[in-house]
Amino acid sequence: MTIPIKALVVDDEAAIRRLLRGSLGHAGYHVVEAENARAALAALAIDKPDVVLLDLGLPDRDGLELVPLIKATDAALLVVSARDSTEEKVAALDLGADDYVTKPFDTHEVHARIRAALRARRRSEGTETIVSFAQVRVDLGARRVTRDGEEVHLTPKEYGFLAELCRHPGRVVSHAQLLRAVWGAGHESDVEYLRVAARGVRRKLEDVDVENSAIRNEPGVGYRLMA
Amino acid sequence: MNAARPDPDALLRAATRAGQGRLKVFLGAAPGVGKTYEMLGDAAAQRLTGVDVVVGVVETHGRADTEAQLQGFEVIPRAVVPHRGQSLAEMDIDAILHRRPALVLVDELAHTNAPGSRHDKRWQDVEELLTAGIDVWTTLNIQHVESLNDLVASFTRVRVRETVPDRVLDNAEIEVVDLPPDELIARLKAGKVYVPQEAARALGHFFSKSNLSALRELALRRAAQTVDAQMLEDLRASATVGAWAVGERLLVAVGANPAAPEVVRAGKRLADALRAPWTAVHVETARERNAASAAQLADAMHLAVQLGGQVLSLSGSSVVEGLADAVADTRATMLVVGKPQPRRWPWQQRLHIQPLARRLPGLSLHVVQTVAPAPGGKCALPKVPAMPTGLVPGLAATALVTIVGRAIAVAGNNITNVALLYLLPVLLVATRYGLLTGVVTGLVATLAYNFYFIPPTGTFTIADPQNFITVGVLLLVAVVASQLTARLRAQALLAARNARQSAALAGFARRLNGISEPDELARALCGEAARLLDARTVLLLPGVEGLAVRTGEPADCHLELLDHAAARWSFDNGQPAGRGSSTLTASEWLFTPLAASNRALGVFGVARPDATLPVRPDQLPLLGSLVDQSALALQRIQLESEAAGIRTLEERDRLRAALLSSVSHDLRTPLTAVLGFLRALTPLDEEQREILGLARAEGERLQRFVSNLLDMVRVEAGAIALAIEPVDLAEAVASAVQDLRGAIADRAVQIDIAADLPLVMVDPRLFHHCLINLIENAVRHGGMNGPIIIAAIIAAGRRNRELELTVLDSGPGLPAGMESLVFETFTRLEGSDRKGGTGLGLAIVRGFCTAMGLEVVASNRPDATGACFTIRFPESHLRTVSEDA
Repeated sequence: MTIPIKALVVDDEAAIRRLLRGSLGHAGYHVVEAENARAALAALAIDKPDVVLLDLGLPDRDGLELVPLIKATDAALLVVSARDSTEEKVAALDLGADDYVTKPFDTHEVHARIRAALRARRRSEGTETIVSFAQVRVDLGARRVTRDGEEVHLTPKEYGFLAELCRHPGRVVSHAQLLRAVWGAGHESDVEYLRVAARGVRRKLEDVDVENSAIRNEPGVGYRLMA
Repeated sequence: MNAARPDPDALLRAATRAGQGRLKVFLGAAPGVGKTYEMLGDAAAQRLTGVDVVVGVVETHGRADTEAQLQGFEVIPRAVVPHRGQSLAEMDIDAILHRRPALVLVDELAHTNAPGSRHDKRWQDVEELLTAGIDVWTTLNIQHVESLNDLVASFTRVRVRETVPDRVLDNAEIEVVDLPPDELIARLKAGKVYVPQEAARALGHFFSKSNLSALRELALRRAAQTVDAQMLEDLRASATVGAWAVGERLLVAVGANPAAPEVVRAGKRLADALRAPWTAVHVETARERNAASAAQLADAMHLAVQLGGQVLSLSGSSVVEGLADAVADTRATMLVVGKPQPRRWPWQQRLHIQPLARRLPGLSLHVVQTVAPAPGGKCALPKVPAMPTGLVPGLAATALVTIVGRAIAVAGNNITNVALLYLLPVLLVATRYGLLTGVVTGLVATLAYNFYFIPPTGTFTIADPQNFITVGVLLLVAVVASQLTARLRAQALLAARNARQSAALAGFARRLNGISEPDELARALCGEAARLLDARTVLLLPGVEGLAVRTGEPADCHLELLDHAAARWSFDNGQPAGRGSSTLTASEWLFTPLAASNRALGVFGVARPDATLPVRPDQLPLLGSLVDQSALALQRIQLESEAAGIRTLEERDRLRAALLSSVSHDLRTPLTAVLGFLRALTPLDEEQREILGLARAEGERLQRFVSNLLDMVRVEAGAIALAIEPVDLAEAVASAVQDLRGAIADRAVQIDIAADLPLVMVDPRLFHHCLINLIENAVRHGGMNGPIIIAAIIAAGRRNRELELTVLDSGPGLPAGMESLVFETFTRLEGSDRKGGTGLGLAIVRGFCTAMGLEVVASNRPDATGACFTIRFPESHLRTVSEDA
C-alpha cells in the first residue's frame, strides 16, 4: 500500500481523538482530527479523507446533521457515539452512515468496521459480484447460491434478503432498508418477514447454532453478514 | 346545586376526542339502499370545496353508476395480503397514514380483514385512522351493529358474523341512507343490488317487505338514539338547560305502598325495551305517613338505584303537581304509574289517573297493573301514642268562651254570636295540636253551647228546631276547620323539617369544604350525624391494620367483634350492614359505606343507646346525604394528598434521573479512553501482563455498571418508551451471548431453542438488556459445575398457551423465601458481594419485563441444584409465522 488511507476523526474529547489516532496510526492510516463540526467540514474539503469517524455529540452542531454532508463526498462514514438508543442508530444508518459503533468501544471492532465500510465502498463501484462466507458462495450476477459447491434453492424473498446483505458484507443493514429492497416500499415495518427469511436462509445454508451464524442479528437495528 | 355545573366525565370524554378525526357513518337498513353512492356523492361535494379527500377502499361491485361516481377521486392502492396461496387485497392503512389526507372514504365498516393484516377488523383500522387525526367516512348496514345483531337475526333468520361494537357509533355522525322497501325490492329485481352467489338463497327471505320495513325502522331509531346520546353528552358538558327531549325518557312514579317495587321493575323493563334512561320519582305531600310505608318507599327507591335508574324525591302540594314538576325537571316523555289501589279508608289519598292526564297533556302515561302483597307485619316500630295532645288548653279555652258567652248572653241575649265565638278555640287548637284535638274540642264546644245557651239551658235538649241547624253547623265548621288547619300545620311542619335538614346539610357541606385532614372530617361527620340523628356514631377508616375506628361520638365508644364483622362486610361489599339492614342484623350498629367512584373509602356506623332501630326510616335519606357528602370530601382529601405526594416524588425523581443520567453519560467517554489505552499498551513481562489484564477486567466491570445504572434510571423514572417488534428468540439469545463473549469466557453455554417457535412481540433493545443481565447473573452466581442452559418451550399456561424462556445455572441456587427478593434493587444474596456485580441487574430485568408486559420469576431448578429464571410470554405476545411468506 503506497498511499496511506486517510481517516478523519471528529470528536470533541481529546482523549478519544488521541486513542483513535494512536490505534489507527499503528494500523497504517493517516489520521486527521477535528474537534467540532466546523473543523470537520473544513477537513472534509481540504484533506478529502477516505473514511470519517464521527461523534454525534459535538459542541456546535448535532452530528446527525453532518451525516448527509459527509455522504455527499466519497468518504466512508462510521458513527462513533455514546448515544445508544435504537432510534439514533437507525436514524444515522438511514441517513447514509455505513456503520455505527457505540462508546465505550473496542478499537479492534472499530478497525474491523472501517475495513468493511471501505470494502463496501470499493464494491459499490461494481467490481465484486461474488460473496463467500463459510461454505456458501453467492453469485449476485447469476442469482446463484451454492453450499459446498451444490446449488441451494432459496425462495425469492430469502434470496432477496441474502443478496441485500451480501451487497454490504460486514455492515449492518437496517430492517427498513432490507424490507424496502426485498418487499418494496410500504413494508418497512413488517419485521416478521425478515425473521422468517432469516430462519429460512439459516436452515438451508448453515448447520451451526444461531449464535455462530454468519447472519448476525443486531437487536432492533438490522442484520449484518459476517463475511 | 349541580344544575349548571358541567359533568366532569363528559368534559373528559370531550377532551379525549379533541385532536381525533371525526367519523361519519352512512347507515343503511340493508344492502342496496345506496350507501356507497351517497357517500361518494357527498364526498365529491367536499372535494369541490377544497377538502383533501382520498378513497381508502370502495367496493363498487361492478355497479356502473357507483364506478362513475368514483371518477376524479384519488384512490389509495390496496395492499396485497398473501393468504393460503391466494392474494387478498386489503385497505393499505400505512399508505393512508403516510399520505395523511383530511378525509378518507372507507367502505363497509364491518369488513373482516384477511388473516395477517394489522387488525382483524376494518373498524379497528378506522379507529387507528381517527386516532391519527384523519376524518373517516364509512358505510354500514344496521344488521352489523353488535347490539342489534341478535334482534335482526331473530326476524330475518340471517345472522351476520361481522359486527361493529356500538361504541364506534357513539361518537360518530350518522347519516341514514333511506330507501322505501318497495323501491329496494324493485332495485333488487332489476339486479341492481350486489348479492354474493352463495348467499342469494338466504337473502331471498332477508329481502321480504316486512323484514325491510323492520330493518328500516331499526336504522332510523339507532341513528336517533346516537344523536340523542350525543346531545345529552353535549348538554352535560356544557350544562345547558332546556327542553331537549328527542328519544324517550321515562319517569317512574313511586308511592309509599307495597306495590312500589313492582312499579319500579315494570318501569325498568319498559325503559330497557325503549333503550331509554329512566328516573324513579317520589312526591312527598303533606300527608302524614307511617313508618311502615316510609320503609316501603326506601326499599323501592333503593331498588331503583340497584336497577340503574336515577332517583328523585321532591315535595309538592299534591302528587299530580309534584309529578308535573318532575316531568319538567327530567324532560321526561313517558310517565309510569301503578294502577291505583282500592282505598281501605275513605280518607286515604290515592293517585287519580284522570287529573294526571289532564294536567300533563303532552305526556304518554303507562299504567302498571300491580298485585299488591298483603300489607302489615313489616315494621315493629314503637307506635305513636294515640291520645290526642292539647286537650287541656282546648277545654280551658272552651270554658273561657263559655264564661265570656254567658256574660254576653246575659247582657245582650244574642246567642248566635256566641256560636261564632266557640269557633275560636276550635281553630286555635286545631292549628296547634292537629286534627283529632280540633274535632274533640269542636264536639265539646258544641255540647257546651247546647248546654249553656240553647233553650232550655242547663240541659242537652233542643227545643227550637232552628237551633239544631246552629249546633250542626257549629260541629261541621269545627270539623272542617280542624281538618284544614291540621293540613296546613302538617305542611308547615314538613317544610320546616326539610328546611332544617337542608340547612344542616348545607352547613355540613360548607364545613366539609374547609377540611383538609381525614381526622377532622371524621370528627365533623360523627359530631354532626350524632346531633342530627340523635344517636351514637362511629367512623372506621382502612389503615395499615385493616379497618379501624378513626373516631366516634361519644369518643369512647366501643365496638364488639360482631360489630367489627358487620363494618368489615359493609366495607367489602359496599352495602349497609347491621341492624336495620338485611345483613348481620344482630349488631346493634347500622354501618353504611362511604363510597366514592365505586370504591369504599370507609364505613360509618350509627347506633342508639336503647338498642332500637339506629335510624328512623324517614331519616335514612338524611343519613345517606351525610355519608355521601363525607365520602366525596374524603375522596377529595385523599386525592389532594396523593397529588401533593406525587408532586414531591416527581420532583425528586426528576432530579435523581437528571443527575444519574448526566453522570453515567459523562462516565462513558473517559471509560472508553481508559479501556482503549489499556488495550494499546504492550506488557514487557509476565507481571505487567497480569496487571494489565486485571486493569482491563475491572474497567469492563465499571463499564457494565455504568450501563446498568443508566438502565435503572430508565426503569425507576418509569419513562420506558417501547418500540415493540417481532423478535426471534433464538436470534435474540444469540446476540446476547455474543455480546457477553468476554464475560462468559470458557464457560459452557447450552442453547435449546427450537427453530419454529412463534416470534415474540417485545422491545428488542430492552429484551437484549434483560437477556444480558440474566446470563451475566448465571455466569457470576452459577457455579462451575455445569453449563448455563438457555431453553424455550411452549407451555400450557394458566389461561392460554404461553412461551417460557428459562435460564438455568448449576450454582447453589436461591435460599428459600428469597425467590422474589432477588429482583429488588441492590439485593445480593449471601456471600455474593465478593463476586462483584451491582445488585441492579435483576431489578432491571424485572423493570423491563414489566414494562413490556412479561412476567419474570425466579425459582430453584427442580431437576438439579441451581437457580432457574423464567420469562413468560403470554399468548398475546406471541406471533406465529409460516415460512411461506
